[in-house]
Amino acid sequence: MKTTTKGILIVALILAIVPFVSPNSYYTDLAIRMAINAVIVLGLNLLIGFAGQISLGHAGFLGIGAYASAVLPTHFGWHPLLAMGAGALATGILAALVARPIFKLKGHYLAMATLGLGIIINIALRNEAQWTGGPDGMPVPAMGLFGFELSSDKQWYWVVAALLVISVWASLNLIDSPFGRALRALHGSEVASQVVGVDVARYKVIVFVMSAMFASLMGSVTAHYIGFVSPNFADFFHSIELVTMVVVGGMASVFGSLVGAVLLTALPQALATFEGWETVVFGAILMGFMIFLPKGIVPTLAAKFGKGE
Amino acid sequence: MLAQFLQFLFSGVTVGATYALAALGFTLIYNASNVINFAQGEFIMLGGMLAVFFTAAGLPLPVALALAILVPAVVGVLVEKLAIEPVKGAETVTLIIITIGASLVIRGLIQVWLGKGTFSLPAFSGDEPIQILGATLLPQSLWVLGVTAIVVVALWYFFNRTLTGKAMLATSFNRTAAELVGINTSWVLFMSFAMSAALGALGGILVTPITLTSYDVGIMLGLKGFVAAVVGGLGNGLGAVLGGLLVGVLEAMGAGYISSAYKDAIPFVLILFILFFMPRGLFGGKSTDRV
Repeated sequence: MKTTTKGILIVALILAIVPFVSPNSYYTDLAIRMAINAVIVLGLNLLIGFAGQISLGHAGFLGIGAYASAVLPTHFGWHPLLAMGAGALATGILAALVARPIFKLKGHYLAMATLGLGIIINIALRNEAQWTGGPDGMPVPAMGLFGFELSSDKQWYWVVAALLVISVWASLNLIDSPFGRALRALHGSEVASQVVGVDVARYKVIVFVMSAMFASLMGSVTAHYIGFVSPNFADFFHSIELVTMVVVGGMASVFGSLVGAVLLTALPQALATFEGWETVVFGAILMGFMIFLPKGIVPTLAAKFGKGE
Repeated sequence: MLAQFLQFLFSGVTVGATYALAALGFTLIYNASNVINFAQGEFIMLGGMLAVFFTAAGLPLPVALALAILVPAVVGVLVEKLAIEPVKGAETVTLIIITIGASLVIRGLIQVWLGKGTFSLPAFSGDEPIQILGATLLPQSLWVLGVTAIVVVALWYFFNRTLTGKAMLATSFNRTAAELVGINTSWVLFMSFAMSAALGALGGILVTPITLTSYDVGIMLGLKGFVAAVVGGLGNGLGAVLGGLLVGVLEAMGAGYISSAYKDAIPFVLILFILFFMPRGLFGGKSTDRV
């Protein structure tokens, strides 16, 4: 069996076992949040880990998706699925518009531009109170299809778990495709990949748009699951958390994305016991990971035990 | 009309001077190490908060202010020694996360120590506003602008006329070449962090009597300082100062004439436009990639 197939099976197996060992709804809720973050991080890792581009504004895209799912059904009576698609489409168009000029730039300039975009989206969500409820946020109508309504944690768990397995499978296939090889070449050396005929700018734009749309879709899913949206979905710190998940788990590692998402979703919950010291401890842990495991958990372990993914 | 315009201009230039100091801090560290220090904003916060703390503790103002600059400088050096030096040559995103981790630690410690309250400092020389053509100018604004101007001149002298400053410039142009002619580049890195933390803290102290301070003001101030540095062309000192003033003035004008709710968005809209049309900032030179 191919190692990637084995990987997917292991992920699917873990996901299938979790609901039966989860002692109460608190843990099921945590598992759902982990899985949602894992899907977003998979998309972001394509951009950061494989294409070598940094986005410090991904929470902004998440916010667009979440608010599309809140605003369009509430104020305009759209069907939630239609709203979700519209959110993703709008995000894709915005990302593409922004991406073309930005991807002429490198490194810090790109970080700056995505950061700016994220902050503008967040401020707009806070200020357009007649549509978005302002800083207090707004409720989100339930997600339903053909008269069937997604409501219990268990139902949500299976939906999100399925999404995650599909995303893992898609990511692994994408990386092994010519597209994925082009992305990795681009990360290695832009000039060299240009020389062998990779259209560098086009690939970067595609992967940026893709990861933005991933984030938007999962933003919609989160909004429907929680039943409420607030501008905190889209704030700068959330963007940082997402990037951190990518880097802590391991850049350019699909399974690293999962590990990063699981760990960093659980971390704030675990830190709640520190009463007041959460920020300090969270910051110290981030620094510790980056100093001692700069390549991320999964790649470091893989190198240590001498087997690739 | 004119009075209103002048009023916006004054407040813009005052805040802009703080952004300029923060942007100079970004520039110094970027030049010495290619690191964007996302903890820069926390040094601004530290300056203001520590000045409040030391004056409240009964220290005379000059001593309190000196300490409020010195302590952040030490913190800056600690960040460099403990977190940046051990990972030399790491990927950009790794370095960004380390500095963000450092900023969280600093902000968290201040929050635990001094609480979540909002604090103010008394103005250095009274609150009696000065009337100019119908607009009012706070004496504290003059302090902000005067001190910033002195700092800019001093930095210019330092980098152009002293051996130490030239060594730092040389390192920013080419680290290997600088090492070959005997410059201690790790010492340059040390100096850069100390200086940029001190610059940030100074800015934080100067505006606190006008804008107030609390444990969480560092994020926005730091990000706007970063915008200013990029507007001026990352790595360009004069550009950073002009970028800071430009960002401050446009923000004040935008808040006054267009929408005060979107005040914080203005610097970021500006930076997107600039990056689209002038990808290296307003004052950044042309550069070529080495293959």
